[in-house]
Amino acid sequence: MTISLVADEQKPKGVKIDSVENIQILRGTTLLKRGFAHMQKHGVVMDVTSVEQAQIAEDAGAVAVMVLDKLPYDVRKAGGVARTASVKVIQEIMDAITIPIMAKCRIGHVVEAKVLQQAGVDMIDESEVLTPADEERHIWKWDFTVPFVNGAKNLGEALRRIEEGCAMIRTKGEPGTGNVVEAVTHIKLVNSEIRKIRSIFEDGDSQELIKASRDLRASYALVQETARLGRLPVVNFAAGGITTPADAAFLMSLGCDGVFVGSGVFKSDDPAQRARAIVLATTYYDDPKVVTEAQKMVDEKKSLLGLDTKNLELRMQERGQSI
Amino acid sequence: MKYDDTAKTQKSKSLSIGVLGLQGDIEENISAARQALKDLKLEGEVRPVRYPEEIEQIDGLVLPGGESTVQSTLATIQHSLPAIKRRISEGMPALGTCAGLIILSRRAYDKTVGETGQKLIGLLDVVVERNAFGRQGESFESDLQIPMVGKDGFKGVFIRAPIISELGKDVQVMAKFNNKTVAVRQKNIIGTAFHPELSGDSRFYQYFLKMVLDFKQGRLQR
Repeated sequence: MTISLVADEQKPKGVKIDSVENIQILRGTTLLKRGFAHMQKHGVVMDVTSVEQAQIAEDAGAVAVMVLDKLPYDVRKAGGVARTASVKVIQEIMDAITIPIMAKCRIGHVVEAKVLQQAGVDMIDESEVLTPADEERHIWKWDFTVPFVNGAKNLGEALRRIEEGCAMIRTKGEPGTGNVVEAVTHIKLVNSEIRKIRSIFEDGDSQELIKASRDLRASYALVQETARLGRLPVVNFAAGGITTPADAAFLMSLGCDGVFVGSGVFKSDDPAQRARAIVLATTYYDDPKVVTEAQKMVDEKKSLLGLDTKNLELRMQERGQSI
Repeated sequence: MKYDDTAKTQKSKSLSIGVLGLQGDIEENISAARQALKDLKLEGEVRPVRYPEEIEQIDGLVLPGGESTVQSTLATIQHSLPAIKRRISEGMPALGTCAGLIILSRRAYDKTVGETGQKLIGLLDVVVERNAFGRQGESFESDLQIPMVGKDGFKGVFIRAPIISELGKDVQVMAKFNNKTVAVRQKNIIGTAFHPELSGDSRFYQYFLKMVLDFKQGRLQR
């Protein structure tokens, strides 16, 4: 895979032109944004709420941390409105660890996103885990210099987010449940939708491909690029419900580029050991010997108990899906 | 017998390149190296390597971009770090980009956090300052002059990039940006602060592959 630059907006506002000793330098380009996401590949991004947790995540081999006010499991329990994390906590974490720091903003909340960019986070997650701030639109991410990651539960949703300028996709699961079933379903759905457009592309039937792009409500150029590549044109991580090393390895085996672990680590009773084990299983997902070693490092009695996703009052995955 | 001889000659011309396959932009490095093989009309294969026994079988190793802390932690757990260290010290060429440069270096510290205590291979006699240009918002693209790979400018892609802050006596500077060293060579080892695998220009990998070919044919000075 090389970096695909299709769907790059003409002169996006997020690109900053500067010069150092008469040499032009560019910031916020699609190459830099998507390139950052490519550096996260085969890694584990861990949700954290404090400096202590961020330190544990870094020591365990997390590729980045995602700073939240509450872990998704606690968001679900607490109810009310979930907003972006305290800037103070984000900055304390920045001063303590060397790996990239991501933070979540509410869907459509342009100002929360600007605050996070100003505070210096490396990537912004416009996330359905928080309460949406706009029912009609997502953020126009081409206006930002820092890259964004967005959730998606099907191909059309993923491509619409890429059109808005996101540099990375998270296939949505159901956050805070400790149950991978939704993540698995959605990755398989995206994979099968890609296989379908791929076969249309291979048949050379442009008319059918245009029809597919209308059904997906995404631009033809982007659908064509996805069909040509046979995969999403940006890095795609799995998220939602990953609790054990075996869960992470399973999602990697379905073709994900890496994983996000939310409540699974810090809502367990063995977070440090579990974090290390999940990192190991993600890298060696195709080696049953190493995945078994990783499974031995965790105690099932210490896993987050988890929830059945059928009878949930709040289904976070459905937020923002129709726009 | 004759057939065997032919196979042997073929084999000595065919390069086997490994890309450390633990974390980071592994596939991008594989495709950049394959493109360079094609452009040089060389025979060979490029594949990810994760186990010590795979590291024994290659002629050159690329250490990709990504997070150096993650890669060195994983390389330590699965015992590939000592194998890499021994092969490189025996003369096998290595190219480290960004995180790879950090792992090859003698010492690394973070601009904000300071000493990190991460495990390093330590064979490249340089000190590296991590995240030296700042966080992702400060990541940038700019044209570099790298005479060793060609006259024309080379697109430097710097993503949360480090710089080389101290150089040992055997280390040769390959490129500078704003008076800061961003690419070096020390005999069989190359380290870059930027990502040549993302520039869409195979000249840097061609330069590395020529080094690997020289090593394979016994011409590379140790």
